[in-house]
Amino acid sequence: MSAVIEHDHHEDHHHGPDKGLMRWVLTTNHKDIGTLYLWFSFIMFLTGGVFALVIRAELFQPGLQIVEPEFFIQMTTMHGLIMVFGAVMPAFVGLANWLVPMMVGAPDMALPRMNNFSFWILPFAFSMLLATFFMEGGAPNFGWTFYAPLSTEYAPPTVTFFIFGVHLMGASSIMGSINIIVTILNMRAPGLKLMQMPLFVWTWLITAYLLLAVMPVLAGVVTMMLMDIHFATAFFDAGGGGDPVLFQHVFWFFGHPEVYIMILPAFGIVSAIIPTFARKRLFGYASMVYATSAIAFLSFIVWAHHMFTAGIPITGELYFMYATMLIAIPTGVKVFNWVATMWKGSMTFETPMLFSVAFVILFTIGGLSGLMLAIVPADFQYHDTYFVVAHFHYVLVPGAVFSIMAAVYYWLPKWTGNMYNEALGKTHFWLSFVGVNITFFPQHFTGLAGMPRRIPDYALQFADYNMISSCGAFLFGFSQILFLFIILQTIQDDKKATNQVWESAHGLEWTLPSPAPYHSFSTPPKNLQEAHG
Amino acid sequence: MMKLMQLKWLISFALITISSAAFAGWDDINLREGVTQISREVYDLHMLIFIICCLIGVVVFGVMIISMLMHRKSLGHEPADFQDNHQLEILWTVIPIFILVAMAIPATTTLNAMYDAGDAEIDIEVRGYQWKWQYTYIDDDPNPATQVKFMSNLLTPPDEIYNRAAKREHYLLDVDNPLVIPTDTRIRFLITAEDVIHAWWVPDFAVKKDAVPGFIHESWAIAEEPGIYRGQCAELCGKDHGFMPVVVHAVERPEYDAWLADQKQAAQQAWNETGKTWTMDELMTTGEEVYLRACAACHQVNGQGLPPAFPSLVGQGIAVGDIDAHIDIILNGKPGTAMQAFASQLSPSEIAAVTTYERNAWGNNLGDSVQPKDINSMLTGQ
Repeated sequence: MSAVIEHDHHEDHHHGPDKGLMRWVLTTNHKDIGTLYLWFSFIMFLTGGVFALVIRAELFQPGLQIVEPEFFIQMTTMHGLIMVFGAVMPAFVGLANWLVPMMVGAPDMALPRMNNFSFWILPFAFSMLLATFFMEGGAPNFGWTFYAPLSTEYAPPTVTFFIFGVHLMGASSIMGSINIIVTILNMRAPGLKLMQMPLFVWTWLITAYLLLAVMPVLAGVVTMMLMDIHFATAFFDAGGGGDPVLFQHVFWFFGHPEVYIMILPAFGIVSAIIPTFARKRLFGYASMVYATSAIAFLSFIVWAHHMFTAGIPITGELYFMYATMLIAIPTGVKVFNWVATMWKGSMTFETPMLFSVAFVILFTIGGLSGLMLAIVPADFQYHDTYFVVAHFHYVLVPGAVFSIMAAVYYWLPKWTGNMYNEALGKTHFWLSFVGVNITFFPQHFTGLAGMPRRIPDYALQFADYNMISSCGAFLFGFSQILFLFIILQTIQDDKKATNQVWESAHGLEWTLPSPAPYHSFSTPPKNLQEAHG
Repeated sequence: MMKLMQLKWLISFALITISSAAFAGWDDINLREGVTQISREVYDLHMLIFIICCLIGVVVFGVMIISMLMHRKSLGHEPADFQDNHQLEILWTVIPIFILVAMAIPATTTLNAMYDAGDAEIDIEVRGYQWKWQYTYIDDDPNPATQVKFMSNLLTPPDEIYNRAAKREHYLLDVDNPLVIPTDTRIRFLITAEDVIHAWWVPDFAVKKDAVPGFIHESWAIAEEPGIYRGQCAELCGKDHGFMPVVVHAVERPEYDAWLADQKQAAQQAWNETGKTWTMDELMTTGEEVYLRACAACHQVNGQGLPPAFPSLVGQGIAVGDIDAHIDIILNGKPGTAMQAFASQLSPSEIAAVTTYERNAWGNNLGDSVQPKDINSMLTGQ
C-alpha cells in the first residue's frame, strides 16, 4: 500500500513543467507545443503582414515610389508563402494540439516526442526561407504558386533553399497530421463515439487526412523542380520533352486540398462558438460532418479550376466547372446550419461570437465570388486579376484568420485561467472587421475593371480603389498590435476565469479547471453527454 | 448602448461602401461589355451570376441580421430547442442544385461558342517574351523578305514610372507597335511564349489565354467596332510582368489592307538594307534606339546594369571583350540567366547596330563595329 502511495507521489513530482528555456526545447507536452505553434504562427503572421504592408504601400499610388519591381514580387511571393505555410497552418496545428486531447478526454497527444520534432522543424524551415533575402539573387520571386519555368530555369539561385524549406514544412505537417489522426482514433475517452466528437475534432480529423494525402504531392513537385534545376531532367521544360503545364496540374492537385486544409478547422471552430453564444445546440450536427467529408472529397477532383486559361480542352473545362460548382452545395449546407443555429437562440455578442458571425458573413461573400470564378467563360475575364485576390483574401483573412482569432478569444481563458478584457477585444474586432473590408472589398472592383495580380504599378483608372485598399490594409495591420497587447495582458492579469468560462459552453474541455492542468485528463472523463455542443 | 453603437458602425460602413461605388461610375468597377459577340455573352453571364449571388447574399444575410436583431439575450429572448429539421435540410440542399443548373446551362452554351474552332481568315502568332509581345502575321506562302513580324514594347518612359514626369493618359497601357486587325473579320490568335509563361489578355474580346513555352494555344475574336483595345499580361512572368501591355488596334478592312501593304514594303526595305554597308553613325544611332527598347530594362540606360542579376556593360565583361563572343551572347542568350536570345526578336541590322553601340557607348570606345550582312551570314550559317 505504501509503495503505491509513494509511486503516486513520485509521479506528481514530475507533473509540472520544467523551468527555463529547456522546458520549451525539450517539451513533449501538448499544451506547451500548442503554445509554441501559436506564438510561432503569430510571429509569422506579423512578418507576412509587414510584407503585405510593403506591397500596399507601393500600390498606394501609381508609379514606383518605395520598392523596385524585382523586390515587389519577392514581397508578394514571400507574403503568400509565409501566410499560408507559416501563419495559418501552424496556427491550426497549435489549436489542435491544445484542444484535441482536452476535447476527446485524453491526457496528451498520442505521439509526444514526434510532436516536439514536428514543431521544432518549423523555425529552421522558415529561417532558411527568410535567409534568402540576404543571399545573392534575393528571395524567391515567382509567386507563392511558383509556376515553372519561372521557378526553375528562370529562378534565382536561392530557389534551392526554398525547395528545402518546403520539404521541411511538409515533413512537419505530415508528422503533425499523423499525430492528430492517431490521437483522435486511439485516445478518445472510453465510450466516446466518433459521432459524439466536437466538430473541431471532426474537421481536424478530415483535415489531417487531406494533409497526409497532399503534402507528399507538394514534396513531389518541388523535387521535380530540384531535378530540373540541378540534375538536367526536363519535367517542366518543353525543350526537353516536358510540359510546363504539368507543373500546374501537380501543384494544384496539392494546392486545392491545401486551401480546404486552411478552412475546414475554421468550420470546426465556428461550429463550437456559435452554439455557445446562441445558447442553443448546433443545428444539423450529422449533416455538418457529412458536408465536411463531402467538401474534402470534392477538393481532390476540382484542381484544374485554377488553370482554366492554361489551354485545357473543352471537355476538361466543362468537367472541372461542374465539379467545382458542386462544392457550393455542402458549403451552403454548412452556412445554413450556422444560420439555423443562431435562429431563435438567445444571443450575446462577446468577442469570439463577433469574430464568428463576421466569419459566416464574409466567408460567404468569398464563397459566392468563388462560385462566380467557377463559371469558365466568366473566369476567362476574372482569372489572375484582383477579383481573384479579393476572393481568396475574403476566405482566408475574415475566413481562416478570423476563426483563429475567435478561437484564441474563446479558449484563452481556459488556457491562461484569466479572462481577457472584453472592451479591448471588441475594439480589436471592429478595427479588424472594418480594416479587412476596406482592404479587400474594393479589390473586387479593380479586378473586374481589369487590374492584373502581382503588378507593382498600375494604370491610372485603378488609382482610387488602390488607395482605399492600402488605407484599409494599414488599419487592419496595425490593429493586430492591439491583439498582441490583449493576449499579453490576459496572461499577466489575474482576472480569474471560471471553469466553464462561458455560460452555455459545452464540451469536455470546459469540465477541466481553468487554467487547464498540465496533463489534461489523467483519468478518463465519465460524463460524455457534454462532449459536443 | 454598445449594441446600438455597433449597429451605427455597420450602417455607416455600408453607406460609405455603397456611395463610393456609386460616384465612381459603373464602368470603372465592372467588367467591360467589349466589342465581340462572345465578350457580350460573357458580360451577360457575369451579370446573371452576379445578381444570383447578390440575391443569395440578401436572403442568407437577411435571415442572419433579423435573427441577430430579434433573438438576443438582452431582449429577453429564450432559446428554442431544436437541432434538426429534415424537410428544411432537404430543401436547402435541393434548391441550390436548381440554382447551379440555371447557371451551368448558359455557361456551357457560351463556352461551346468560345471553343468553336471555325475557319479564321487571318492567323496571327502571339509570342510572349520577358517583357514584351511579338506579333507575326502568318502568310499562306511565307516569304522571309516581306514577313510582317514585330515586337510590341511598353511606350511609357521610365520618367513617368518613377514620378519624374507627369503620367499621361494610357499610362502603362501604351505600346510602340500595337497589333493591328481588321474589324468584322475572324482572327485566330496562336499564342505561345519564348521563355516563361505569360498570358495574353484583351478584356474587350474576352480573350485570355496562357502563353506557354513549347506549346501553342488557340483563341479567336471578331471585333465588331473599330477602336483601340488595351489589356495586360495576366500571368506572373518575372520582374516586369506589370510592364507588358497588350494593345490591339481594330480598323476597317481597307485601312487594314493599306497598313499591311505598308508593313510588307517596310519589311522588304529592311531586308534590302541588310546587304548594304552601314556607316558608324548609322549603326550608333540605330543602336541606341534598339538598346533603349530591348536592353535598357535590365542593363539600364547607362549600361551599368543591376548586378548580380543584370551585369554592367561598362568597361568590363562581354561588351569590351571579344566581338564574336559578344555577338554570340546577343544572338543566343546565356542559358541559366535572364539574358535572352535576341536572334528571333531583332533584325540583323538591329543586332549589328546594338552590338556596335554597346562597344562604343558610355566610354567603352573600342572603335570596332559589325555590319548587318555579317550578322546575316552568321544567322544563315554561311
